[in-house]
Amino acid sequence: MNSDSKSEKRDRPWLMRTYSGHTSARASNNLYRTNLSKGQTGLSVAFDLPTQTGYDADHPLSRGEVGKVGVPIGHIGDMETLFDQIPLDKMNTSMTINATAAWLLSLYIAVAERQGVAPAQLQGTTQNDIIKEYLSRGTYIFPPEPSVRLTTDVISYTVHHIPKWNPTNVCSYHLQEAGATPTQELAYALSTAIAILDAIRDAGRLDGDAFANVVGRTSFFVNAGIRFVEECCKMRAFVEMWDRIARERYGVEDPKLRRFRYGVQVNSLGLTEAQPENNVQRIVLEMLAVTLSRKARARAVQLPAWNEALGLPRPWDQQWALRMQQVLALETDLLEYGDIFDGSPIIDSKVRDLVLGAEAEMQRVQEEGGMVHAVETGYVKRQLVASHTARMRAIEAGDLKIIGVNCFTETAESPLTSGTDSGIMKVDAAAELDQVERLKAIRDSRNPAEAKAALNQLGEAARSGENIMPASIRCAHAGVTTGEWSKELRTIFGEYRAPTGIDISAHSLGRSDVVETLRQRTRKTGEELGRPLRILVGKPGLDGHSNGAEQIAVKARDVGFEVVYEGIRLTPEQIVKAAEEEGVHLIGLSVLSGSHLELVEDALGRLADLGLSEVPVIVGGIVPLEDEQDLLAQGVAAVYTPKDSDMNKIMSDLVNIIRENNGLQRFEDAA
Amino acid sequence: MQALHALPDPEALAQSVSEQDFSAVAKALNLLDDRRPDARQRAARLLAALPKQRLHNAGHLVGLTGPPGVGKSSLTAALVRVWRKRGLTVGILAVDPSSPISGGALLGDRLRMLSGGLDASVFIRSLACRGEFGGLSAEVWPMSLVMLAAFDIVLVETVGVGQKEIDVSKLTDTTCFVAQPASGDSIQFLKAGIMEVPHVLVVNKADVGIAARKTLSELRATLQPPSHAEDWRVPALAASATTGTGIEALADSLEAHRIWLVAHGLLAPVRQRFQAEWIIKRLLEEFGRFGIEMLGGQPRLLSSLVEAEGPPFEQYDTLRQRLLGRWRD
Repeated sequence: MNSDSKSEKRDRPWLMRTYSGHTSARASNNLYRTNLSKGQTGLSVAFDLPTQTGYDADHPLSRGEVGKVGVPIGHIGDMETLFDQIPLDKMNTSMTINATAAWLLSLYIAVAERQGVAPAQLQGTTQNDIIKEYLSRGTYIFPPEPSVRLTTDVISYTVHHIPKWNPTNVCSYHLQEAGATPTQELAYALSTAIAILDAIRDAGRLDGDAFANVVGRTSFFVNAGIRFVEECCKMRAFVEMWDRIARERYGVEDPKLRRFRYGVQVNSLGLTEAQPENNVQRIVLEMLAVTLSRKARARAVQLPAWNEALGLPRPWDQQWALRMQQVLALETDLLEYGDIFDGSPIIDSKVRDLVLGAEAEMQRVQEEGGMVHAVETGYVKRQLVASHTARMRAIEAGDLKIIGVNCFTETAESPLTSGTDSGIMKVDAAAELDQVERLKAIRDSRNPAEAKAALNQLGEAARSGENIMPASIRCAHAGVTTGEWSKELRTIFGEYRAPTGIDISAHSLGRSDVVETLRQRTRKTGEELGRPLRILVGKPGLDGHSNGAEQIAVKARDVGFEVVYEGIRLTPEQIVKAAEEEGVHLIGLSVLSGSHLELVEDALGRLADLGLSEVPVIVGGIVPLEDEQDLLAQGVAAVYTPKDSDMNKIMSDLVNIIRENNGLQRFEDAA
Repeated sequence: MQALHALPDPEALAQSVSEQDFSAVAKALNLLDDRRPDARQRAARLLAALPKQRLHNAGHLVGLTGPPGVGKSSLTAALVRVWRKRGLTVGILAVDPSSPISGGALLGDRLRMLSGGLDASVFIRSLACRGEFGGLSAEVWPMSLVMLAAFDIVLVETVGVGQKEIDVSKLTDTTCFVAQPASGDSIQFLKAGIMEVPHVLVVNKADVGIAARKTLSELRATLQPPSHAEDWRVPALAASATTGTGIEALADSLEAHRIWLVAHGLLAPVRQRFQAEWIIKRLLEEFGRFGIEMLGGQPRLLSSLVEAEGPPFEQYDTLRQRLLGRWRD
């Protein structure tokens, strides 16, 4: 190196955020102000599932979900409370919002206007990437075509009116959670960005300069996993590929507008329930992947708390996560140097491999007709399910080591989880009722004529192709609710169900002799009971994290079950009706949003009403021990949490639960 | 140990089925699926107890078939909406392939068929075709009878390309083939006479435009005009499950075919024939072509079965015993 790398200007610290929000706008506002006083430099708003999927708190699908995984925002009153005493002209706010992004941004703009802040001064990000919702996160509402149109409406609006806003944050984060390899993450995220930018370019409403600004405002949201050297190379590959796409595909001349700007949440999928204190070092190592290389350094970092696999983190857990960032950025010498990897042949060669692999897969996506079409046909989802299955198989075989899970499992009792609160926070059950009360209050207090007129204008815009934003901002001021805004668009655009991607060919997990034993047992039990064993795997509620349910469904099919699987977002009523009509021997319910108690109780009650109490129910999800005992007491046959990673054991259990339920002798454990 | 869950009383079950009790329909389908000897006897009693008049003359059995990915489920959803609007109750049997290796299957297009909404008047049972590649399991026909006793329309949805999918025509009054725009396969099959001509042809995804119109005109060109004025004239339609266009017309065409069957006194005989086909299918599975030859060959067996008009399980058992008896000698 001929230059003195230390003479370069010290890099500015990245934005430090914590993805948070819960219970109510008031409780979340308190949390935000506390976090900011502790040195957090930006906000990252987590919305609850009804807000993300466009339902009011009093809709049947919202039951048990209000305030659980984030803050409920039902109308402008909630949004005002959320940012009470937080000046929006000074804040940089990231909102994890997709299907209803245009709406939440409209509420944010309306609150700014009420605070006397001009929209042009606002800074922040709306995630606004619907493609990955179809593939992984599951909070989509509308079919792909109108969804992409809403995305591009937000982009075209902000580029003119809120120039410092990042209108879309193309996500590779959730692709990794759904099983994507680094190559797939690169390929599908960049293909998504291309699909959106092509749509804007082809709409032809922006001139060259404005379009270059749109390219420049396109930002990304990535995941950093535990293989941190490869992950660091992935980030360098992103930088290189995005620069080339912006230049060659979109003719952007200004190198500043070709920069790969990204935020990060490090991997939550890899966090373990077993020996959860180990998650601290995982999180720190993962943070290194996105900060070490100056060229490919994150603009904003949010770290999960060590106990996310157990339940909702407490303020102290979030503070710990923030301190990790502060130590790295402010105590260490990291920010004093230029890029410490430049010139490394090993890094260069790894980056090259990733770029070539990703380009080949992007080509494949183009052959499928582009990203939107490749999602609609299920191509991408099938690739992801296959990768995820391969990962599960490697964990099960011990090829992929997870400390405390498939090796070094002995542990002393942890003082961290033995406190009176079991080391997690619980959402007050009364929060849902309060939210419904506030909703009623605004419906009663607003000017009904203006609310109706605003909604009519929204419908007009949706039908005519006019930008959705001005009408949405009017709705925000008029006291329209999240459910009403979404309902208006639902009736015009329709609703969508994404391919589940589980129609992939049989590929058994784990040891083949065990699988063969399980197949024989399934077949034998089916013969003894007169017909093949049938199970229903259902995801009640609004939670869209379907990977667990899908893995169970595929595995059960592979050991010989006939599996009824319907994808996400079902009411307990729909699940119970399906269980009856399909004549299943067992029902599996998967809930990851923390609403398991309410949803399972509801399902059990409905089964009893139909005289189907004899059908055994099992539950999978992030279920704290205390709740597990509660569920078992209610009559649930078994509860599985992330620590139950042995799929063969679960399958063996399913057969035995069905056998016992029908008065047959149990088999011995197969594994 | 004794099984905890006792088998249902077939006569009471048949009564509840004909009163459109969903729970009873589900139990009846479970019973027909059950291969234990006691269950088989009860299943025979169940079928015998279903109201004859309904099974011969009422309702409408519709078969919907076509290649994978052609949009059958969303077309079904669109048809269900039209039928529901016309006040008809609907039962659906959705048949999916199962894995030949594990025997397992992934089933689940229910929500696509209901377009997301919960409709208490639509009943759906998914079926794995259990190793019979491209064909329909023997359970499908008796199950369709149970549903016919309960619902106005029974739709049997099957996947298939080429010849085999038309299996569904051996158990439904009206067979509707769904063709893919810009796919020449179905036209080739039709031309070559490999595929039996369905009663209604529909090109889905009409919203894609030119490709759909081209496929439609090719299909129309393939269809021979009927040789007699009173013969059924096979309509070829375009529809789009996405935009909802052409769905009313499709429902009308399906209904027109049923009316045509009734007007020509064909509905009951056609259904009588399904029973004979089912018995032969089961005998073929068990004894092969040789067994059928020993019973006098397929055409003769078919006509004698149609004439005999006995309850299906009994007819089957009589023939089975006759064959087994010969081998025993």
